[in-house]
Amino acid sequence: MTATAEVSTGSRGNQPPVPDGAITVTVKVRRFNPEFDDEPRWDSFEIPALPSDRVLNLLHYVKWYLDGTLTFRRSCAHGICGSDAMRINGVNRLACKVLLKDLLASGGKPTTITIEPIKGLPVHKDLLVDMEPFFEAFKAVKPYLITYGNEPTRERVQSIADRERFDDTTKCILCAACTTSCPVYWTEGSYFGPAAIVNAHRFIFDSRDEGAEERLDILNDVDGVWRCRTTFNCTDACPRGIQVTKAIQEVKRALLFKRT
Amino acid sequence: MSELTLAKPRAPRRPAARRSNSELYSWLFMRISGVALVVLVLGHLFIMNILDGGVHRINFGFVAGRWASPFWQMWDLAMLWLAQIHGGNGLRTVINDYARKDATRFWLKVLLYVSMVLIIALGSYVIFTFDPNITD
Repeated sequence: MTATAEVSTGSRGNQPPVPDGAITVTVKVRRFNPEFDDEPRWDSFEIPALPSDRVLNLLHYVKWYLDGTLTFRRSCAHGICGSDAMRINGVNRLACKVLLKDLLASGGKPTTITIEPIKGLPVHKDLLVDMEPFFEAFKAVKPYLITYGNEPTRERVQSIADRERFDDTTKCILCAACTTSCPVYWTEGSYFGPAAIVNAHRFIFDSRDEGAEERLDILNDVDGVWRCRTTFNCTDACPRGIQVTKAIQEVKRALLFKRT
Repeated sequence: MSELTLAKPRAPRRPAARRSNSELYSWLFMRISGVALVVLVLGHLFIMNILDGGVHRINFGFVAGRWASPFWQMWDLAMLWLAQIHGGNGLRTVINDYARKDATRFWLKVLLYVSMVLIIALGSYVIFTFDPNITD
């Protein structure tokens, strides 16, 4: 699947036969090739697709049969790995979880789907962004078990209720859809962002963990939870349905009532 | 690029946590002063614009009459201080979010704080030294 910049057709040769019931949709992709472009540009493709196709299928169609230079990330293609977060029609979604039938224009009008890279992270090429600043914020909140004293002989026991307390935030797949939907993060990249706070929440409220104080200190600072303006973009963007804004509010509440 | 262009996020090299609660207190202050201001400002608007003929009865004598009472002096003083600090703190977060260079951020904040101090000082001075028997 490697493609060089000179190739203008797809990487898999001829287009496959159009299946019955296919509709032609226009896919507008925001593209940027650092070797040729000074500025990002829009490219449009006409693609025959079934309503049951996912947006990722449309991107595959472009890459395989129309333009092999289109660059994007995807691994599992089933909403587990979190590689293919992108801005679809202006909102952050996983391309592998959005069905075409949910994007079709009403009344049989022609459908145009816009696809952009997630915002706030440096674009390497087309839909591929540099995830390092995102992972740096994730690492900064110490997203691992911190304990002091002797290790227990067998295991660290936890009640069902204690496990339930942070269950929602264990679902995070680090796709960056929430963080790059946050207006505060767009303008100020040093804000930890929703994903980092969600992963801090996962350990702060874990009864087995003893590092809550350190993490709360980190999130109490200028770039921490107090920057959140509760716009709920993150909750809307999360492909795992995590109540992100609620998790941030719970960290604020912990800071307000447990520490002061 | 035709639409809104956002620069790359600055490389976030964060200093170690300061163990300071200042951001927490400023957040909490916004909530409390916001609620207080709803009462103070709506009450003020009601008295000034609706009660007893509203804005048409306001003149020097009316202001002098109200400020003769310490209650209304305190009401106006609280409104002045809370509105200034509430608005100033809000602008501080806006500057923190949008100023891209440290120098810009610093000078915008200096401008903000100076204007806040000036307005609070001038307003408080007028409330406490208001002379109803002023001549010529």
